[in-house]
Parts: sequence; structure tokens; C-alpha cells
Amino acid sequence: MDYSQFLVMSQEIGLVAVFLLIFLFDTFAPRKALGATASLACVLFAAFTIVNICLPCFRPEAVEPQSAFGGMYVTNKALFMIKNILNVGVLIVLIQSIKWVNSPDQIMRRGEFFELLLVTLFGMYLMMSSRHFLTFIIGLESASLPLAAMVAFEKKKYESHEAAIKYLLTAVFSSAILLMGISFVYALSGSLYFADIAESIVEECPLLVVALAFVLAGVGFKLSLVPFHLWTADVYQGAPTSVTSYLSVISKGATAIAAFIIFALAFEQFYVPIWYWMLYALIILTITIGNLFAIRQKNMKRFLAFSSISQAGYIMLGLIAGSPDGLTSMMYYILVYIFSNLAAFGVIQAIENNTGKLSMDDYNGLYKTNPMLSVTMMLAMFSLAGIPPFAGFFSKFFIFRAAVEPGTMSLYILVLIALINTIVSLFYYLLVVKAMFIKPDEPVIARFRSATSERIGMWICVAGIIILGLASCFYSDIAAAVNDGFASLL
Amino acid sequence: MFSNILIYFVVIPVLMLAGLALTRNIKQVRAVAVVGSSALLALSGVVLYQFLQLRAAGNTDPMLMTGSWVWFEPLNIHLAVGVDGISVAMLILSAIIVFAGSFASWTISQSKEFFLWLVLLSTGVFGFFISIDLFTMFMFYEVALIPMYLLIGVWGSGKKEYSAMKLTLMLMGGSAFLLLGILGIYFHPAEGGQYTMNLVEIAQQGVDKGWQYFLFPMTFVGFGVLGAMFPFHTWSPDGHASAPTAVSMLHAGVLMKLGGYGCFRVAIYLMPEAANELAWIFLILTGISVVYGAFSACVQTDLKYINAYSSVSHCGLVLFAILMLNSTAMTGAIMQMLSHGLMTALFFALIGMIYGRTHTRDIREMGGLMKIMPFLAVGYVIAGLASLGLPGLSGFVAEMTIFVGSFQHADTFHRAFTIVACCSIVITAVYILRVVGKLLFGPVQDEHHRTLTDATWWERISVVTLILCVAIIGCFPNFFNDLVGQPFQTTFANIIDVIK
Repeated sequence: MDYSQFLVMSQEIGLVAVFLLIFLFDTFAPRKALGATASLACVLFAAFTIVNICLPCFRPEAVEPQSAFGGMYVTNKALFMIKNILNVGVLIVLIQSIKWVNSPDQIMRRGEFFELLLVTLFGMYLMMSSRHFLTFIIGLESASLPLAAMVAFEKKKYESHEAAIKYLLTAVFSSAILLMGISFVYALSGSLYFADIAESIVEECPLLVVALAFVLAGVGFKLSLVPFHLWTADVYQGAPTSVTSYLSVISKGATAIAAFIIFALAFEQFYVPIWYWMLYALIILTITIGNLFAIRQKNMKRFLAFSSISQAGYIMLGLIAGSPDGLTSMMYYILVYIFSNLAAFGVIQAIENNTGKLSMDDYNGLYKTNPMLSVTMMLAMFSLAGIPPFAGFFSKFFIFRAAVEPGTMSLYILVLIALINTIVSLFYYLLVVKAMFIKPDEPVIARFRSATSERIGMWICVAGIIILGLASCFYSDIAAAVNDGFASLL
Repeated sequence: MFSNILIYFVVIPVLMLAGLALTRNIKQVRAVAVVGSSALLALSGVVLYQFLQLRAAGNTDPMLMTGSWVWFEPLNIHLAVGVDGISVAMLILSAIIVFAGSFASWTISQSKEFFLWLVLLSTGVFGFFISIDLFTMFMFYEVALIPMYLLIGVWGSGKKEYSAMKLTLMLMGGSAFLLLGILGIYFHPAEGGQYTMNLVEIAQQGVDKGWQYFLFPMTFVGFGVLGAMFPFHTWSPDGHASAPTAVSMLHAGVLMKLGGYGCFRVAIYLMPEAANELAWIFLILTGISVVYGAFSACVQTDLKYINAYSSVSHCGLVLFAILMLNSTAMTGAIMQMLSHGLMTALFFALIGMIYGRTHTRDIREMGGLMKIMPFLAVGYVIAGLASLGLPGLSGFVAEMTIFVGSFQHADTFHRAFTIVACCSIVITAVYILRVVGKLLFGPVQDEHHRTLTDATWWERISVVTLILCVAIIGCFPNFFNDLVGQPFQTTFANIIDVIK
């Protein structure tokens, strides 16, 4: 066996190295030094992220399209880019979680949080890089099972356990459906390589329709597309906020990209006859139902759960476009969504850590006592709603643009429905702004000073919300990477 | 990039935002607001001067002082600026109203936040008028909308939360149609055209004829919502009534003009064929706006509601005239935008000042203000006379041009609607004179009102600026007529030919 092919997986190897360092430190460091675990994890991961971002500068051959293990694993510029995007998101999640993992209830297990999280990230890397359904399933499972343990992290909270069981059952159930779909595909094609599947299945048959429906449903569960979304709100509410924010941005982003790769690669020729209309219906349902349910939510985490359901619908517009522009705008959307949503979760977490309050009514008059938190929250809401000059506007515009590019009337109607839904979403995002800025009631939350780590996390997010849209270089870079790698990606 | 003078219409507000963020007390806030808005006013004067020089030198390009900088290169998105006579007029209008609005909100509470949002709003407005790239135009349009929510929600009065939400959602709803229209225009150029977001280039190559019938209604309705076209006008009365003074001024004075300007610049300029075919649908709707708005104003008792409905009527007239699709009526439409912008701003400024003293806007509870606050009362009479179209003031010039232009159509449909719209002048006279008679000259209703004071110096600056502008347009209509009418002789001439 040629062991040098492991070098192709340089990003995964780096991640495993970070994981091992944290694990060894957590296991063997003297008790006194353990207080530094969280900071160490952040510093290590920050170094890993920065090295990866700078890698093309000093080792350009690392980002060239390469494959390993007989084509089961590939890497290229676009995949490199999306992994970097996810890394930045994970870094923010880690920074925001420092205060929480150092709280008395979690302090015994703080190392585990980082270890589990990095394992799931490894799984997501693998999911996106695999060109074979076996590696894909391995990635998917290692991305979802440790997450169940993370959801159950709050040992003393009943909701946390309930959420973990729900998450575990849905994860397993959806994997089963996905595997069923994949085995049908195998039955039709005799191969699990994406490229072989694309070549060997030439005509549509009823079994293929069922197989594609199962695959779409399996992916839909992970992405919480309606009607496979029922676990989302409860799990988001019950899980610790750090885990919720991780679930809602990183896990969702990685799965969306993996879904794009599978559908664009293995099933591209059945776009029009089979899965176009399935996905069309799913997108309309997801955006509409997600938005309508979000209106009535009072718990901030449930609220963001439904908002993230509808956001997943917008991300899927990139998949239905199925073009290089679709993938570019999808990646850009995920990047912007990471910053916007993490800003919102950062504020929620700061308030939860300091006061334990989570209801939207508690946010009444927040501007009077905590102006900076309110402004951060407002920027996050505006960005999620797609208000210029914040980044969310640009990402929404670009994904709509990519979606109507094929120029058919059905896509125009789809985008019109999505656009009308942005108005609904604006309504409930403004409800939060209204609570913080307009409600005349006495403020519920007293003035407090949030921890340094929380503030760093929020500053990064706010900077991202403002800069990502106005500075065009981010979009151009992603577009260049995708255009460079789209042929080899597929 | 910074050698182009137009870009400073965005740079100055951004500097003002930075300056406001650093201020510590209300005096510094006022200083930043006054310096910034004066700079904008001066800048618009300089732009007007340079523009006239260039035109006098014989430059007949459709857009002058153009500049274009690549922004999102993979998507053909540029930051492109340029002006013609119409945009110059709109820039001057905006600068005047921002200037007057700064003085009208001299004593507002939480002034730092208020001015931050107000300046953000004006950034959007100025950016919109200088843009000739569809994407940036749309972006600035939305930048101008969202501050309204907080401005009305926090500083408004009455059922402000409801009005703010209704206004924001309806206007954003309009922009949803607009976004789709813009994307359609981009992706469906006429045979042999290139993908571009630049307005001038799109106008040259045209938009695919089949798609125009889908895209024209999208864009026209999208902008028409902001232009208060029936039946999408319902945000306007509530929004205006709840908004604080300066916001009502800016909103009725400038923001609603974004709607008219956009209908004209995007919907009609880019898609003349569809406009010609489909104009009758929207003519009916805008005709209803004109008459319905005027009748509604007659039965209102709240001063702000009266003017809000009167705005619906007058802005309806703008869209009505644009849809007549001939150069006289369209020139009149632009004149009406200027005239209505100034006189409505004047109205709302005065109402705000009166309300600040009497704490009521119900005309049944007030009377005899002419004796109590003569300055404000005289201002109100002048605004009223401008509104009902007295010669010598701006309203007459605009409405006269519109109706002359509209009547040039020889067919019954257009003539009938012109006559119907003309009736609105009479109805306008009814509601204006009713208010003036009751409010200013009637008996004093509340004895406490006798102790009220007249306008302060900063209020006088605001009012006098606006009255002067109304009078200047009224007395020297030729200058403005040439300024805004010139594009119809050159740029739009071919479009008007297409329609014929």
C-alpha cells in the first residue's frame, strides 16, 4: 500500500493532530493545568485554521485536485475552501463556548466537548470529500453520532437528555433510510462510486425513483428540511446552546454541500425527470413552514431553530440551480449564515450564561441595559433577514440569482415564493428587534458585562456581518475556487 | 474612484455616520447633522452647476459624470454612478429636505440614535439617485427602507408599532417583486445582448420582448408600492401619521419619490414596449389613487392623515403622468415629484411643529392658530396654496404640465381619465381650505392654546428653506422645466418613438 496517499488528506490529518493534542493534554496534564484546556483548544484550532487558510500561499500543490484510496477520497480548491469556511465557524463556536465549558457543571468534562466536536468535524470533512458511498456513510455517521453525546452534554438537565434521545433516534432512522436508498442505487448500478453510478444507470425506472426519494429523505433529515424537520425544534431547545449553534450552522452547512456533491455527481442525469420536482416541493415546504412556525415561537432557541429550517430551504436553492454559480452562492451563503447565526447565538449564550433567560419577552428593553448586545443581535437579525448593507443581503441576492439563472418560469415562481417568504421572515426577525428597541416595558435583564471570550466571539461575527458583503473579495475567491475545481469536483 | 464628485453623496453620509457614532452629547450631534446636511446641500449645488456646464458645452450623453467600478466581478456587478437632469433634480430635492429635516428634529430625544438612522436612510436615498447599476440601485433602495422601522417604532406616536411593521413589510414586499424583476431584466436581454446590470447599456440593447410582459408588472408594482399606488397604498397613511416629523418629511418628500423615479427609470425606460401595452391597467389603478386619495383626505380629522392621503393622491398623479408616456406629461411628473416633495415636507414640518405645541393633531380640537402662532400659520397657508395649485407656487406648474401632456392623447380612454384626475384639483381645494379655515381662522377651541409660542429659530430655518424652494419653482418654472425635460428630448426620445 502506498502510504504517501495519506498526505492528500492533509487537512484531515491536521485536524486529527489537533484532536490528539487536546486529548493527550486532557488525559495527562496535571490537574492544575487543566483550567487551560478550553483556551488551549481554541488556540490550537485557531492555529490550524490560519495555517489552512494560508496554505495555498506557501504550498500551492496541496490545493490541487488530487484523489486517494482508489478515488474514494478527493480534494480540490473548492473543497479546501468550504472546509476553511467551516473551520472559521467552528473556531467561533469554540470561542463562544469557553465560558460555558468552564462553568461548574461542565468543568469535569470540558475536554470531551472539544474532542467530540472535532470528531464530528472530521466526519463532515470526510462526507464532503468522499466520492464513494461507503466513505460518505462513514463520514456521515461519525458526524452525527458524537453529536448525540454533545446534545446530552448537560448531565443535570432533563431537556438535554430528551433532546439527545430524539436526536439519536432520528439520526439512526434517517441513516437507515439513506442506506436503504443507497442499496437500491447499488442494486441498479452495481457500484458505489459516484462516477460509476452516473455512468451505469442510463434509464429511469420505478426503483430509481424510490431510491432517489430515500436518499433525498435521508439527507433531508440531516438538513431538517420539511417534512423531516420534526426533531429540530426540540433538539435545538434542549441541547446546550454551544451545541445548538454548532448543529445549526456547521453541521447543516457541511451536509448541504455533501448533498450538492451527491446529487450533482451521481444523479445529475435524472435532474429533470426525477429529483427536480421533489426538491422543488421540499424547498417550498421548508421555507414556508419554517417561517410560519417561527412566528409563534417565544423561546429564542426554538425561534432560531425554525429560522434555521427556513434558511436551509434557501441554501437548497443553490442545489436546485445545480450550476457552478449555484455551488458558489451556496458556499457563500453558508459562510454568511455562519457569521449571522453565530452572532445571534453568541448573544443568546451570553444572556443565558449571565442571567439564565431564554424567552423573547425577557429581551424587552434590552437596549436600555445592554446596548452592545442589542446592537449585535439586531445586526444578526438584519443579516439573517437579508437587509443591506449587511452580508445576508448579498448572500440572498446571489443565491436567488443563481436559482433563476436557468431561466425557466418554474424557477422564477420558486424564487418568487422564496422572496415572499423573506417578508414573513423579516416580520419575525423584526419582532426581536422590536422587543429590544421599541417595547416600553421595564427591562427584565439587568446590565451585565459579558466575558471576554464571549465578546471576542461576537466581535468576530459582527465584523464578518459587515465586511463579508461589502468586500467583494470573499465571493470572488469562492467563485474562483469553484470554477477552478468544479470539473474535478464533479 | 474619489475623483468622481457623485460618490461624495454616499461618502458624506458615511462620514456623518462615523461622526455621529463618536458624539457624546446633543450639541455635538446637532453640529454633525447641520454640518453634514449643509455639505450635502452645497454638494448638490456644485453638481447642478457642473451638470449645467457640461450640458452647455454640448455634451449630450444620456448620463453625465459617469463612473463605474467593478464590485463583484464574477457577477457583472459594478458600482456605477451617473446623473441626468432628472436625477440632479432629485438629488437637490433630497438635499434640501435632509437639510430642513435636520433642523426640524432639533429637540428630538435619543438624538444620537435618531440621527444615525436618519442619516442611514439618506445614504440610501442619495445612493439610489446616483446609481445607474441595477444591483446598487436595489441595494440602496433597501438601505433606505429599513431605518424607517426603527425611526417610526421608537420615535413615532400613536399606534406606532403597528404602523412601523405594516410599512416595513409592505415596502419590503414590493422590493421582493422588484428583485425578481431585476434578475429577469439581467438574464433576458434582447437578441444578441450581453448580461449587464448597467441601466444605460440595458436600455441600448433592450429587454427580451416576451419577458417584458412578465417583468414590467413586477418592477412597476415593486416601485409602485413605494409610490403609494392603489391598492398598495395602505401603509402610507398609517406610516405617515405615526412617524416623527423629520421622518414624515423625508418619507413623503423623498422616499415616495424613489417609487416614482424607479417606475420611470427602470420599468418604463428599460421596457417601453411592455409599458405601452400594459399602461392602461396601471393607469386605472393610479387614476383611482388620485381621486380616492383626495376624497379620503376630505373626511379625515387628523392633520397627518389628511396630508398622508393627499400624498397618496399627489403621488398617484406622478405615476399617472409617467404612464401617459409622452414627454410633456413625463416632464410634468418629474416636476410634480419636486413640487410634492417640497410642499409635503413643508406640511409635515409645520404639522410636527404645531403638534409639538398643542399636543393634538385633531382639527376639531384646534382653531384660531393664525393669531396664536402667525409664522407657522402663514407657512401652512402657503403650503396649502401650493398643494391646491395656485399659480406662482410649484404645484401649479407641475399639475398644469401634467394635464396638458395627458390631454395630448387623442383617444377617449386617456382623455376620460385625464378629466377624472383633473377633478382631484377641486377636491384638493376642498380639503385644504377646510383645514385652513377651521384650524387657522376659526374660533380658538382650547383656551390653553392662547399661551403657546410661535416658531423658534431652528424651526424658522426649516420652514423658510422649504417655502423659498416652493416659490422658486413656481416663479422660475422654465429653468426646472429645461433641466428635467431635457432627457425627454434626447435619451427618452427614442423610447417615446418606440411607443408611438
